Amino acid sequence: MDSVMNFSLATPEMFLLAATCLVLLLDAFLGEKCRTFGYIAALGSMLATVVLVVNSYGGERAEAFNGMFVLDNMAIVLKVAVLFLVMATFIYARPYLIDRKIFKGEFYTLSMFATLGMMIMISANTMLVVYLGLELLSLSLYALVAFRRDDGKSSEAAMKYFVLGAIASGMLLYGMSILYGLSGAIDFKGVGSYVASQDIMSNVVLLFGLTFIIVGLGFKFGVAPFHMWVPDVYQGAPTPITMFLGSAPKIAAFAMAMRLLVGGMEFGSAGWQQMLIPLAVLSLVIGNIAAIAQTNIKRMFAYSTISHMGFVMLGILSANEPGYSAAMFYTVTYAITALGGFAIIILLSHSGIEADSIEDLRGLNDRHPWYAFMMLLFLFSMAGVPPLVGFYAKLAVLQAVVQAGFVWLAVLAVLMSVVGAFYYLRAVKLMYFDKPKEDITLTMGVGFNVLLTTNGFLVIALGLFPGLLMALCAEAIRVSL
Amino acid sequence: MDGWSLLSLVIWLPIIGGLVVLVAGDKLSRPAALFFSVLTFIVSIPLWTGFDASSYLMQFEEKHVWIDTFKINYHLGVDGIAMPLILLNTFTTVLIVVAGWEVIKKKPAQYMAAFLIMEGIINGVFAAQDAMLFYIFFEAMLIPMFLVIGVWGGVNRVYATIKFFLYTFFGSVFMLISLIYMFNKGGSFAIADMYNLELGMSAQILIFLSFLIAFGVKVPMWPVHTWLPDAHVEAPTGGSVVLAAIMLKIGGYGFLRFSLPMVPDAARELTWLVIFMSLTAVVYIGFVALVQKDMKKLVAYSSIAHMGFVTLGFFLIYAIYNNTGSYEGSVLAIQGGMAQMISHGFISGAMFLCIGVLYDRMHTREIDAYGGVANTMPIFTGFFVLFAMANTGLPGTSGFVGEFMVILASFKANFWIAFLAATTLIVGAGYTLWLVKRVLFGGVANDQVAMLQDVNKREFGFLAVLAFAVLLVGLWPQPLLHVMEATVVHIVDLATQSKLPGVN
Repeated sequence: MDSVMNFSLATPEMFLLAATCLVLLLDAFLGEKCRTFGYIAALGSMLATVVLVVNSYGGERAEAFNGMFVLDNMAIVLKVAVLFLVMATFIYARPYLIDRKIFKGEFYTLSMFATLGMMIMISANTMLVVYLGLELLSLSLYALVAFRRDDGKSSEAAMKYFVLGAIASGMLLYGMSILYGLSGAIDFKGVGSYVASQDIMSNVVLLFGLTFIIVGLGFKFGVAPFHMWVPDVYQGAPTPITMFLGSAPKIAAFAMAMRLLVGGMEFGSAGWQQMLIPLAVLSLVIGNIAAIAQTNIKRMFAYSTISHMGFVMLGILSANEPGYSAAMFYTVTYAITALGGFAIIILLSHSGIEADSIEDLRGLNDRHPWYAFMMLLFLFSMAGVPPLVGFYAKLAVLQAVVQAGFVWLAVLAVLMSVVGAFYYLRAVKLMYFDKPKEDITLTMGVGFNVLLTTNGFLVIALGLFPGLLMALCAEAIRVSL
Repeated sequence: MDGWSLLSLVIWLPIIGGLVVLVAGDKLSRPAALFFSVLTFIVSIPLWTGFDASSYLMQFEEKHVWIDTFKINYHLGVDGIAMPLILLNTFTTVLIVVAGWEVIKKKPAQYMAAFLIMEGIINGVFAAQDAMLFYIFFEAMLIPMFLVIGVWGGVNRVYATIKFFLYTFFGSVFMLISLIYMFNKGGSFAIADMYNLELGMSAQILIFLSFLIAFGVKVPMWPVHTWLPDAHVEAPTGGSVVLAAIMLKIGGYGFLRFSLPMVPDAARELTWLVIFMSLTAVVYIGFVALVQKDMKKLVAYSSIAHMGFVTLGFFLIYAIYNNTGSYEGSVLAIQGGMAQMISHGFISGAMFLCIGVLYDRMHTREIDAYGGVANTMPIFTGFFVLFAMANTGLPGTSGFVGEFMVILASFKANFWIAFLAATTLIVGAGYTLWLVKRVLFGGVANDQVAMLQDVNKREFGFLAVLAFAVLLVGLWPQPLLHVMEATVVHIVDLATQSKLPGVN
């Protein structure tokens, strides 16, 4: 199997690369006036990629490029999720970009490169391919954050993101090099068989390498104490970029954690489990408590993301199948919910004014009951109130954590979600109980409205019938491990 | 048992009705809401008429696989304690729709929709036979109530509603962990399976405490009752009625459905704690009610005292069983608690509706602002006095039945418990009658009172229906007690059997 190149497995990635180049060229030749065409081309090529992804899977795990690239059930599910999230971001972002006169072709090209990076991360089967995908994603994101180059805050955020992100990548790479030095292999199977032969708790060098990998992962997830960049970048980046940043890359980060920790070092779980516990605890505590103090809604969402990633950590550190599938379910559903939340922020921003203060939500129910209702769904879902999907995500994680024997972690997690409920409630309070300051009618295109309604509907429908997606995640994890 | 899926209908009909009302818009919302609430009430009546009172088994059962991964089933069913509460809920919702008919001017469609959706969710709480399904309904109920208090409430509504939400949310999350723990032990979320699950003592104690927090906040028991007066004072009349008449009962119901049968050994061990908390509620909160200046606050505190009776009755069973060695006294105590819950549903609902009638005219709930209302509103005064008497537990009214049974049962447990419980007859009469005296009787206090109009037909209607219900349960409680008897016997049976490993 090792000698087989198997190009066909990577058809979606190759197609996306070609399509991205084509969109880039199209934009250069067609210019300002036909930008909508580029937008449609970007959406179309993403959709085609989805079709290719679904078709490329033959029903069982397969490797390509001498075992560097892997295609399994989990990869398919995550790739489809990433592609749909990115497409939704494109649709949500359009009115904002046009309004700010930054409706540029580069937005789509960079986003598509980032998507390509995520897909490579998801399918990586060696440490170097993980790194390759990660860098493709990160470099595109740095540029995207700085997308409004004449805006001080945007540039500052990009700078911060770049410096911290580069350090994190360096850490990750250093950890990988230690693992390579120890095991003599860069593929996960080779690393895995080395780790299996060692007692991880007494092998100091292995623990040392593992620590660096965890640090790198922590940065990319944005979990405490490696979360410093998250609030600043969320706040500084243009809202559609924040939306992009806050949804799909979380799924890629989850995939990276699964490949590195579970695929490569499943037998070292005793080692990374104890490292992830403080990460999860700190994220839950810092994320939820710091979010209360925020008056900027993007910062608030940033801290809320940190706490949600703490939950994902909880799922992973359970180190059992239910835990992994719970973390996967959590990541995917959180990305869907966050997407909706950011869409409302985009909606509130109008004619050049950034609506990033929490006060901008004031009286939304009086002005636009439907939008307010959608936001209500997203917020209560994030707070984990049934029957919305966020509850089932938390339920699944808690179940796995209790099963793994960490009842105290589960208790801490629910306590912190009570704390978290407060700032979500405060936002609901502003929308429903307060009078609007000014009477501005917000109008959006059909595409935006339809998508937002679908998004809200998904949050309810997945809440009423979570079984299907849960089974999908459980199956993906079961088959892929 | 029947192909009509009656319970699903009682849950989903009002929820769909609520959505229809929302779409129908403000103008059509009132008749639409009335239509759906009455229809739901009519649909729920066969639950009573078709109920087989001789069996403790779940009836009208429905079971479908829902979330396969966690073996969570959409499993519904009612027994003798759940069925009367569902009927109480469907009945009360009709009254709320009628009571809010002209009064609610701000976004009536959203108001009516919130109450209809809440009705469906609460029916789900009572009908759920799967612990996770129960929990989902239990939590989902917070969203409409949060909005009801926050949007249509009084001046300090934001504080009250966030306090309400956070208290109840805080209480219930621990229950979630307990349920997950039991699922991991027994591999099933079905309530009936949890009854059969063997649990060690320390696990039982922790689970019991988590249930106590969840249901104790809901009841609410002293010392976690402080959200209730705030929520009541700020809530619109309809919100207060649902809170007092239905939501508090969910706490009591939870003790019977979860705490006693699931962790009987811990319940036996910690029964002193609950009895202490209940007696504190009965005695101390009674005195607190005496000094209130706000009518709604007074009734809110009296609710806490009355619910103290309910929990007292439920947890006396171990002491009674130890003293007499028979089930009879224990059955009497739980039946008394249940009768008190149903009766309190009618009486507290009626009291809040009466206060609502006054508030709509005077826009104040301060007791000092009133005086001599009897002179201008004679018919209203008749109703108010009747409900006040029922609140004090006058024989012949529904309030008497439950209190009397609990006091009677508590004599079998301990004289001093009975003595302390019986003080409520004096204190309760004190604060209620003093309220009546200050508000209704005496000379006309001011010009506003002199201008008051007596109840109109709509108000007369719902007060008369409630008066009828209060008297019916008071004069002829037998059918109600009969319906729940087999179930209560079964619960006592479960609650007195040890579940420690190796005992059976």
